[in-house]
Amino acid sequence: MFELLGIPPQALFGQLLLGLINGSFYAILSLGLAVIFGLLNIINFTHGAQYMMGAFIAWMLLNWLGIGYWPSLLLAPVVAGVSGVIIERLFMQRLYHLDHLYGLLLTFGLALIIQGLFRNYFGSSGLPYQIPAELRGGQNLGFMFLPNYRAWVVVASLAVCLATWFVIEKTRLGAYLRAATENPTLTQAFGINVPLLITLTYGFGVGLAAFAGVLAAPIYSVNPNMGADLIIVVFAVVVIGGMGSILGAIVTGFGLGIIEGLTKVFYPEASATVIFIIMAIVLLVKPAGLFGRTA
Amino acid sequence: MAEVTITPPAPENAEQADHSALHRTLFIGMAALLVVLPFIPVIGYPFFLMKVLCFALFACAFNLMLGYGGLLSFGHAAYFGFAAYVAAYTAKHWGLTPEVSILLGTGSGAVLGLAFGALAIRRQGIYFAMITLALAQMVYFFSLQAPRFTGGEDGIQAVPRNALFGVLPLGNDTTTYYLVAVIFFVGVLLIYRIIHSPFGQVLKAIRDNEARAVSLGYRVNQYKLAVFVLSASLAGLAGATKAIAVQLASLTDVHWSMSGEVVLMTLVGGMGTVFGPIVGAAVIISMQNFLAGLGAWVTVVQGVIFVICVLVFREGIVGVIGKWLKKPL
Repeated sequence: MFELLGIPPQALFGQLLLGLINGSFYAILSLGLAVIFGLLNIINFTHGAQYMMGAFIAWMLLNWLGIGYWPSLLLAPVVAGVSGVIIERLFMQRLYHLDHLYGLLLTFGLALIIQGLFRNYFGSSGLPYQIPAELRGGQNLGFMFLPNYRAWVVVASLAVCLATWFVIEKTRLGAYLRAATENPTLTQAFGINVPLLITLTYGFGVGLAAFAGVLAAPIYSVNPNMGADLIIVVFAVVVIGGMGSILGAIVTGFGLGIIEGLTKVFYPEASATVIFIIMAIVLLVKPAGLFGRTA
Repeated sequence: MAEVTITPPAPENAEQADHSALHRTLFIGMAALLVVLPFIPVIGYPFFLMKVLCFALFACAFNLMLGYGGLLSFGHAAYFGFAAYVAAYTAKHWGLTPEVSILLGTGSGAVLGLAFGALAIRRQGIYFAMITLALAQMVYFFSLQAPRFTGGEDGIQAVPRNALFGVLPLGNDTTTYYLVAVIFFVGVLLIYRIIHSPFGQVLKAIRDNEARAVSLGYRVNQYKLAVFVLSASLAGLAGATKAIAVQLASLTDVHWSMSGEVVLMTLVGGMGTVFGPIVGAAVIISMQNFLAGLGAWVTVVQGVIFVICVLVFREGIVGVIGKWLKKPL
């Protein structure tokens, strides 16, 4: 077997794959944050809790209703999205005329409530979620073993990210969305129902987070705290990428996941902090973020 | 950034004198209260009081930045918790006296604040909050991975209360309480001075209209960095004092939920008021004590308070009282 810099290839590619998977979650979550921020001007602190909700809804559908992985992949984001729509109508709507920071504080409070409720009901230890039968096993690629489910996670995330990009950049609905982001008052004057668009956008962003949660359920155990630490890393990803561009969010997400994976191989002690260090460097070199527009 | 706080109306000179008279009375009343508190039954439990005072100072330090600088830091636990570790470590392993440990802790808060502040002020508003949160999370991971310094999951327990200045033993909780009370009082007075100094006036100008402050020739970033470092140092002072008083420095102190708690205390008490964060800290710590047996419900209750405050009670307890009295408190 050949070796790269003294690292056995299995370890190297294994960590690269893990990095890609983490990167998939970073990409979907930062994409959702960017879409929500674009229209609502709110940083959705609840995003991590909604990702966790996605995983739990999938678990509940399976264990309480006997609904399997594949329908859950669609149902869980819809259920979470509806809860997001309710949250937007009930609470967020009242804050649009205030400073953006109140939105951050509100969603932080909501995240505490959701996480606390799930922790009360399900406890802090993780619940198992089986990999669907179709995706068990894996491929031997010669230089590494590729579990089918992990390959599926990367492909599915990439597909969802690109589909979101396509809808926003290439369709009429996306054009409305971009117009409303640019100038809501003028867009409304053209007869487009901007408040409805805002509500649906928030629901969609939440749905994306829940989708990532369902994808994550078979890999990580389903746990009330699974979103809390992740969301802070995703914030750093968003600061690094800047929230101006959809493709930027996707590229930054996957890229940082890979860098994190490589750090685990070459300097494991720094793997938890590498993204924050990159954030500090980016702030020094290009404060607006890699893909950000200077405000 | 404009509407972060309720802006107090610009007072005329006579009115201003009136306010300072009121504030002086309040400070004297607070000092008297601090002296007698340990003798009041039910709440006069020194250990609990020390905790409240440390968190009250922490919230005041945080409020200096949010209420008067308009900067929402979501990572203040980093300065508080790191200073707590430094104070606990130096007291336990180097056997330093409390005042030196606390000073070293405060210094570490200042250094950390200088480094993080210099990075965070490069962005504004929502990004500023996210950057401070991310940097604080870095400190959390460092604390988790450096068990030789922090004790890892266990934290640094049984921190000794060495003799103050090497001569005055801090034997029981009541003696320590008076040390904490003095530190708290001096800290709050200092914050009051900062707010009402020319420096504080420029800060408020930046908070209310940054572009205009720039056009008037103020170096806005230097002011922001200065208030960041001041706030982080005072948060460090609170954390270091807490470590000596409660005899524990742990991962809880550097966790993001601690950063959230200090935001909550300030919000409940009234941001942009001098006395609000003190009231807020007392309310939140009492509530935590009261609900301690309920486990994760504490988180839920805190979340509910957050939502209520943001939606309908943005002025906070002291803010509302100040509005009734028509005087900024």
